[in-house]
Amino acid sequence: MTQTPYTDGTLVRVEGLKKHFPVGGGLFKRAKSHIYAVDDVNFAIQKGKSLGLVGESGCGKTTTGKMLARLHDPTGGHIFLNDAEVGQVDLAEVKGAQLKTFRRRVQMIFQDPYESLNPRRTVFDTVVEPLVVQGIGDIVEREERVAGLLDMVGLTPADTFMFRFPHELSGGQRQRVAIARALIIDPAFIVADEPTSMLDVSIRIGVMQLMQELADRFGVSYLYITHDLAVARYMCQDIAVMYLGKLVEMAETEELLAHPLHPYTQALISAVPIPDPRVKRETLEIMGGIAQPIDPPARCRFYDRCPFADDFCRDNDHPPLEDKGDGHKVACYKV
Amino acid sequence: MSLILSVHDLTMHYTTRKGEVSAVDNVSFDLAKGQSLGLVGESGCGKTSIAFALMRLLPENGVIKEGYIMLNGKDIVAMDYADLLKVRWRKIAMVFQAAMNALNPVYTVGQQITEALELHLSNISPAQARERIAILFELVGLDPVLMDRYPHEFSGGMRQRAVIAMALSCSPDIIIADEPTTALDVIVQDRILKRIRELQRELNMAMIYISHDIAVIAEVSDRIGVMYAGRLAEMAESADIFERPLHPYTYALMGAFPSIKGKRRDLKTLPGEPPDLLDPPPGCRFHPRCPYATEVCREKQPDFMPVNGAARSDLTHGHYVACWHPMQGVTL
Repeated sequence: MTQTPYTDGTLVRVEGLKKHFPVGGGLFKRAKSHIYAVDDVNFAIQKGKSLGLVGESGCGKTTTGKMLARLHDPTGGHIFLNDAEVGQVDLAEVKGAQLKTFRRRVQMIFQDPYESLNPRRTVFDTVVEPLVVQGIGDIVEREERVAGLLDMVGLTPADTFMFRFPHELSGGQRQRVAIARALIIDPAFIVADEPTSMLDVSIRIGVMQLMQELADRFGVSYLYITHDLAVARYMCQDIAVMYLGKLVEMAETEELLAHPLHPYTQALISAVPIPDPRVKRETLEIMGGIAQPIDPPARCRFYDRCPFADDFCRDNDHPPLEDKGDGHKVACYKV
Repeated sequence: MSLILSVHDLTMHYTTRKGEVSAVDNVSFDLAKGQSLGLVGESGCGKTSIAFALMRLLPENGVIKEGYIMLNGKDIVAMDYADLLKVRWRKIAMVFQAAMNALNPVYTVGQQITEALELHLSNISPAQARERIAILFELVGLDPVLMDRYPHEFSGGMRQRAVIAMALSCSPDIIIADEPTTALDVIVQDRILKRIRELQRELNMAMIYISHDIAVIAEVSDRIGVMYAGRLAEMAESADIFERPLHPYTYALMGAFPSIKGKRRDLKTLPGEPPDLLDPPPGCRFHPRCPYATEVCREKQPDFMPVNGAARSDLTHGHYVACWHPMQGVTL
C-alpha cells in the first residue's frame, strides 16, 4: 500500500469517491434504490492549504467529510493521503489497527459543540483522550500537552479550565475545546464541518482566526465544510461547490467568487445577502428546489433547475469536471 | 408618517431559580405605518423577548416590570385577555422562527389557517375561509391546492411560506418576523426575503424583522435597531447604521461580518463574550468589551439619545445611540 509520496505537495487526493445509501431495504430485503449522496467526486488538497466545500443542505458535503475522516466507509473510490509520517496510503482501504494509526493524522471538528462533547467528561478528559487511545506519553507529559494546547486555543489560564465540564463553558469555549482535542495528536489534516455556524457573530470571528493561526503554526490543512460562502472566503484558499452529490465547480477562492462559471454557483453567489444596504444585488433565478438524489438519471444533476439547459444536457451523462484554465474547473456543457 | 406602535421604556425580567434575568432593559422604539424595523443582535440580547412581549406570549416566568406598548392608543401590557384576542393576529401577527414547530402535524395547513381565521374573524364561512386561504397562498407563492396537505409534505421553505400566509391571514397592521429564514438554505432564503419585503410594501404593513444576521437585516429594513445585552445600543436609518455607526458595538458587529462582495477586509475580533444577564455589569453593559470605555461607562448607564443634540421625540426617524463616547467620523 505504501508508495513513494507525491512530490507536488499534494496532501490529500480524492479520486472517484462514492457513497450510496440504500433506501427501502430491510433485514431480509435488498434495497431497491439508493441515495447517491456522493457520486464520483475528485479533488486534491495541497499541504498547508485549505479547501472549502460549499453547498446547500443535502448536497453531500458532510458525507464527503465523514468519508475523509473514515466515519463513513466509501462505496467506491480512493482517498490518498500523502503524509511524511505514514507515507502514501489509500484511506478508503485502510482497516482495523491501521485505521487507528491513520486517525492520528486525520481529525474532525463537528458543527455543534453542545453535542460533540461528552457532558460527563471534564475538558482535560476530552482533550487528552486521543493521546490515551494512541498510547502517547505518560500522565505528566499528557498533562503538559493538554495545558499547552488549552493556552494556545485561548482557554487561559489552562488550569482553571482543565477540570470544568462542558455545561460550565460557553459555545465559543466549547468549540475551542473541540479544536484542542483535534490538534493534540498533531494531525496533518482536519475535516471541519461547519465549526462556526452555531456561534454568535462576535464569537465566530475569534474561532475562525484561531483556526487559521493554528493551521499556520502546525502546518495543518483543513477540509472546511460550510454552507456560507462568506465564511469560506475567509478560511480557504480554494473553494469546491457541491450539488446533489457532484462537484460542479472548483477554483481559487477569489476567482470563484468573482467569475463563477457554473449556473448553480452563479445562483448561489447571487443569493447571498450583502451586509450593506447600498449594494443592490442582481439575482440569477433558478427553478424549483433541491431534491434527494435517489437513483438519479445519468444526465446533469442540475438539469431540472438549470435556466440554460438544452437537449444536449438532457441526452448526455453528467458533464465531467474540466479545467477551463488556471485550475478553474467546472462541470457544465454550456460553459 | 403616522405612528402605529410605540414601545416606551420596556423592561422585562425572567424569574429563574438562580435569580432575575434582566432580558430587556429600558427599550424604546416607535413604528410608523408601513415602516420596516430590523432588530439585530446576538443570541440572548433580548430581541425575541421583545417580540414575545409585543404579542403578550411571554412564558410564565417572563414579567414585564415597566414600560408600555401602545398600539393604536391602547396599552398591550395592561390589556385583559378579551381585548388581547382582538389585537393578536388582527392588528399584530407573528412569523415564528421554527416553522416546523409552528405548524401542528396532525392537521392540514389549510385547517390550521381556517382555525386562526374563525377565531379572529367571527363571521366567516368555511367557503369564504378557503377562498381567503387560496388568495393568501398565492400571495406567498404557494400553489393553493397545497392547502389540503399536511405540514410533513412541505419542504422547509414551503412551510415557512405557509407560516407567513397564516400570519397575513387576518390582514394585520404589524407583522413580527422572528428569524424566519435562519434554518433555510441561501437560495430559498433569498426568495422568501424578497417575497416578505414585497408583501410588506404592497400591503403597506409595518414590520419588525428580527435576526442575528446583519446582512439579512440590511436587505429588509428601512430602519435598524442594534441590541446588546437587553438594551438598544443604536437605532437609525439602515444606510446610516452602515455608513456612520456611532456605537462601538455596532462598529464591531459590522467589522466582524464577512461578505462575499468587495475587497476582502480583515475581520476584527471583539474580545470577551456577552455578559450574564443574571448579573449584568453596572453602567453601560458593553463596557467590559469596549475598547473606549472610561470611568463614566463603568458607573453610569448612558441614555438612549438622539445625536447632534436633537430633542428626543418620535423614534421613527433620526439617529439614536446609547453611548458616552459615540464614535465620530468613522466610515466603513
